[in-house]
Amino acid sequence: MELKVLGQDNSKSASAPAGGCSSGTCGSSEDGMGHLPDHVRQKVHNHPCYSEEAHHFYARMHVAVAPACNIQCHYCNRKYDCANESRPGVVSELLSPDQAAKKVLAVASEIPQMTVLGVAGPGDPLANPERTFSTFRQIADKAPDIKLCLSTNGLALPDHIDEIVALNVDHVTITINCVDPEVGAKIYPWVFWNNKRIKGAKGAKILIERQQQGLEMLIERGILVKVNSVLIPGVNDEHLKEVSKIVKAKGTFLHNVMPLIAEAEHGTFYGVMGQRGPNKQELSDLQDACAGDMNMMRHCRQCRADAVGLLGEDRGQEFTLDKIDVLDIDYAAAMEKRAHVHAGIEAHRDALRAEKAEKTSIDLIAPQGTPPARIAVTTKGGGVINEHFGHAKEFLVYEASPEGVRFIGPRKVENAYCVGPDVCPAGEEKGTVLDAILAALDDCSAVLSAKVGIEPWSRLEDAGITPSGEFAMDEIDEAVKGMYLQLIEQGWSGKDLDVRAVG
Amino acid sequence: MALSIIESCVNCYACEPLCPSQAIAKADPHFLIDAKKCTECDGDFADPQCATICPIEGAILNAAGEAINPPGSLTGIPPFKLAEAMAEIQAR
Repeated sequence: MELKVLGQDNSKSASAPAGGCSSGTCGSSEDGMGHLPDHVRQKVHNHPCYSEEAHHFYARMHVAVAPACNIQCHYCNRKYDCANESRPGVVSELLSPDQAAKKVLAVASEIPQMTVLGVAGPGDPLANPERTFSTFRQIADKAPDIKLCLSTNGLALPDHIDEIVALNVDHVTITINCVDPEVGAKIYPWVFWNNKRIKGAKGAKILIERQQQGLEMLIERGILVKVNSVLIPGVNDEHLKEVSKIVKAKGTFLHNVMPLIAEAEHGTFYGVMGQRGPNKQELSDLQDACAGDMNMMRHCRQCRADAVGLLGEDRGQEFTLDKIDVLDIDYAAAMEKRAHVHAGIEAHRDALRAEKAEKTSIDLIAPQGTPPARIAVTTKGGGVINEHFGHAKEFLVYEASPEGVRFIGPRKVENAYCVGPDVCPAGEEKGTVLDAILAALDDCSAVLSAKVGIEPWSRLEDAGITPSGEFAMDEIDEAVKGMYLQLIEQGWSGKDLDVRAVG
Repeated sequence: MALSIIESCVNCYACEPLCPSQAIAKADPHFLIDAKKCTECDGDFADPQCATICPIEGAILNAAGEAINPPGSLTGIPPFKLAEAMAEIQAR
């Protein structure tokens, strides 16, 4: 993986102030880390799933050691094996704790930017406590420089708090979709509790109580808690505002509202029954509505339970069992290399912050009353615009307004425009792929890439999206701001975001 | 008197630790119940534990060979709806 930051001159940033503002987050209420106590900022500063800034620099991996589950959710199909799909709950290779530990060491040696190991399924980590904790014990022992985290539905959480604390798992994600059993009955058909399968609102009530109890116990023990919620239109959309208030009041650090993924071919209840997911605007409106109450996470990629790499990329295929089996890993050497790489990244981030602090002013970046513009960028990490338009399978959408720049969220597309490194699609296929990209960006006024080809260039322009390669290698926030000012200068008229984004 | 696991099992391990008679073992291509050991949880639990946590409809049969969790009973998807959706996907 290409990581430009390593060539940085570390000496010049030695005097840069620690802390301060972070890229894409400073001053924006929805992501601001500024109000957090130092020890919390310290915990999340290199966690890609907890810090929006960190996700440009650091990678994560999930190991699929936890196949069993103790509840059923209507957005999940337990026949989960698939190599070609990217969504939570899907994996292609179940690992034993020993295999998982070996894989973690292999990835950590190969991708030194990997700072976090998560267990997230494909079932529930705490419905497989022995497999999950055995994996964690091995990593805590052999690779103490890796952070451990887990993601749970919460049903078994109160029973495992001591183990979580003892193993120094300092990030726990609980998926909380409701606090009302009647709403829960529409999401969870059953839970397995005290040796019985309990259906409907009665089961949901038990789950809700255990989630809230587990949340309180974790906070009491000083564990950072993120709450994930799946936004299901017509089922829990309004209700999530209340969920957000309650979990925030209890001390949740971050709330991540994710869109429901429901397709008939997934064979899930929601997919088969035709329940729709939210559109772009419904998602960002709800995130905004909850943002008044807490940090909102918007950079989640809803990754697989065996994902490897920077958020937005999945290098899992490089680390299959047959490949890691033949590896001989010298972790002591790897740890040294990792420490060096991390120091390089931190020096680079400090330098960026210092640069930003100099430029930051309280002045508006554009005249009051100028409409906001959404601007998409393509990146392969490092917080800069360094991906070609044709190679991008995801676009990060930012919103520039007179008050500043804020992150809206990622937009994934199934296919990149180019078929291979130098191959552009031909004929009908070209149109279809580009149509999907244009639809994903239909609320954007511009797209910034390292390079944009001639064909997509004119189609983008026709769709009212100004393409630009002018900001190649620029830091994302600055580039978005620069493009916004250009748009204003060119007399661009703002897109009506609400209307454009529907459908 | 014994339950059995059939080929629709997805090997999720959920049932194995719950069995009070240690009658369930991992096998290839899927978990199996040792008919000699299985008691259907009689005397231990009101409901047979494997069939109570199993998420896959039809994967566990009773002694008469009938699905303990028939189609639609766990996911809530009416079987005709699933058939319709599958037919539509096939037709694409």
